[in-house]
Amino acid sequence: MIEIKDIEKAFGSNIVLKGISAKFEEGVTNLIIGGSGSGKTTLLKCMVGLQIPEKGSVLYDGREFLEMNFDERIEVRKEIGMLFQGSALFDSMTVEDNIMFPLNMFTDQSHEEKLDRANFCLKRVNLEGKNKLFPTELSGGMKKRVGIARAIAMNPKYLFCDEPNSGLDPKTSIVIDELIKEITEEYKTTTIVVTHDMNSVMGIGDYILFLHEGKKFWEGSNKEIAHTDIEELNDFVFASRFMKAARKNF
Amino acid sequence: MNFTNFGKYLLLLKAVFRKPEKIKIYMKAIFQQMDFIGVGSLGLIAIISTFIGAVMTLQIAFQLVSDFIPKTIIGSVNRDSSILELSPTITAIVLAGKIGSAISSEIGTMRVSEQIDALEIMGINSPGYLILPKLIAGITMVPVLVICSMFLSITGGFLGGTLSGAVSPAEYIQGITTDFNPYTITVALVKAFVFGFIITTVPAYEGFYVKGGALEVAQASTRAVVIACISILACDYIITQLLL
Repeated sequence: MIEIKDIEKAFGSNIVLKGISAKFEEGVTNLIIGGSGSGKTTLLKCMVGLQIPEKGSVLYDGREFLEMNFDERIEVRKEIGMLFQGSALFDSMTVEDNIMFPLNMFTDQSHEEKLDRANFCLKRVNLEGKNKLFPTELSGGMKKRVGIARAIAMNPKYLFCDEPNSGLDPKTSIVIDELIKEITEEYKTTTIVVTHDMNSVMGIGDYILFLHEGKKFWEGSNKEIAHTDIEELNDFVFASRFMKAARKNF
Repeated sequence: MNFTNFGKYLLLLKAVFRKPEKIKIYMKAIFQQMDFIGVGSLGLIAIISTFIGAVMTLQIAFQLVSDFIPKTIIGSVNRDSSILELSPTITAIVLAGKIGSAISSEIGTMRVSEQIDALEIMGINSPGYLILPKLIAGITMVPVLVICSMFLSITGGFLGGTLSGAVSPAEYIQGITTDFNPYTITVALVKAFVFGFIITTVPAYEGFYVKGGALEVAQASTRAVVIACISILACDYIITQLLL
């Protein structure tokens, strides 16, 4: 479980996060949603230590991450897998080398063992046989899936996904969403997904945290989201005519 | 502002020297970088050094118009100029352009495409993983390239001088072997070591902290080469003042 308490972050005079607190349970897909500039990605980066908040705390199963020294943070980070918005694959390495990279750095496994693990992860994301391709030879959806394979290579306890559906067609988006949900339930990871994709919200949002102008405006599940009367949330979720029409059926 | 940047540069260097996660992987990266910096630059350095040596000989011969000065002095002046100044400094400036821009754009591209963030999230000390192999390769291979450059510059001087008839082979060889002070080699190698450090760390710093996209990466690359060249010339003066 990851718990955040009273997170505040500012860039100069621009306050991006205004005292956000939430609990993200393991084994369920936790979504952080909100419009552009609402602070979703900044909150995610604060949680993994890529940004340092001015105030607040981030607890990984009770361990205060922000007060840890460098070596302690490294230990926590070995338990984290992250899928980046642009996949962030190492473009000078093959798919196989990308997945084996954390294994090479942190384990003493033999090459065969690491290769087996890489093949297992590739199979898990339905990319068997793509070992020797380079990231430039992959489609957007394939890159995301390799990103997920790399993220789960070390059996992470915590999985972070930053806009996993951005730039993908609806069908591929659903594949990625289902994959994230399956992995979360299978490995009991604490999964946090930053998204503004409504298919993801309705499809996999076990717990949803809605941010608006840097503040926590609402939290609940995808079953509850259609029945709220919070104007900002409804404006965001039911922005399109299609969603407005579909709301009647929720 | 510049003090802020210098402080950030020192903090980055501190992070570079943290204990590596796995020595074997770092060693592999070091050898790759040695190949890139050393072997990959040898041809360019050889051509430049040979021509500079040849041109130096012709210019020295052109300026020595007095019959009271023996022509052996052409070899001596070319030798000392090459060892003390031309080989270390020209090699370093050429490498700052070739290697420095490559390092800056490589690390800068990794920064803007979130690859450095990915390393950090995995628990890898990204400054150490990305910069330390380049730094070690730089401080070992730049002195090697400078030694090659010295040899080729003096050889180029021999070829240029004798082919043009500006100096006879015997006079030139007598010149380069007379009153040779081995300390000049030490000074040159100290310079090469410092220049190797600058050529790798300054562009790495510029790339590591780049923000934005392709344009900013290109600007950082240009800035890296300019700052590295100015730093090389400033350190050249300081080392010369201190050691000679």
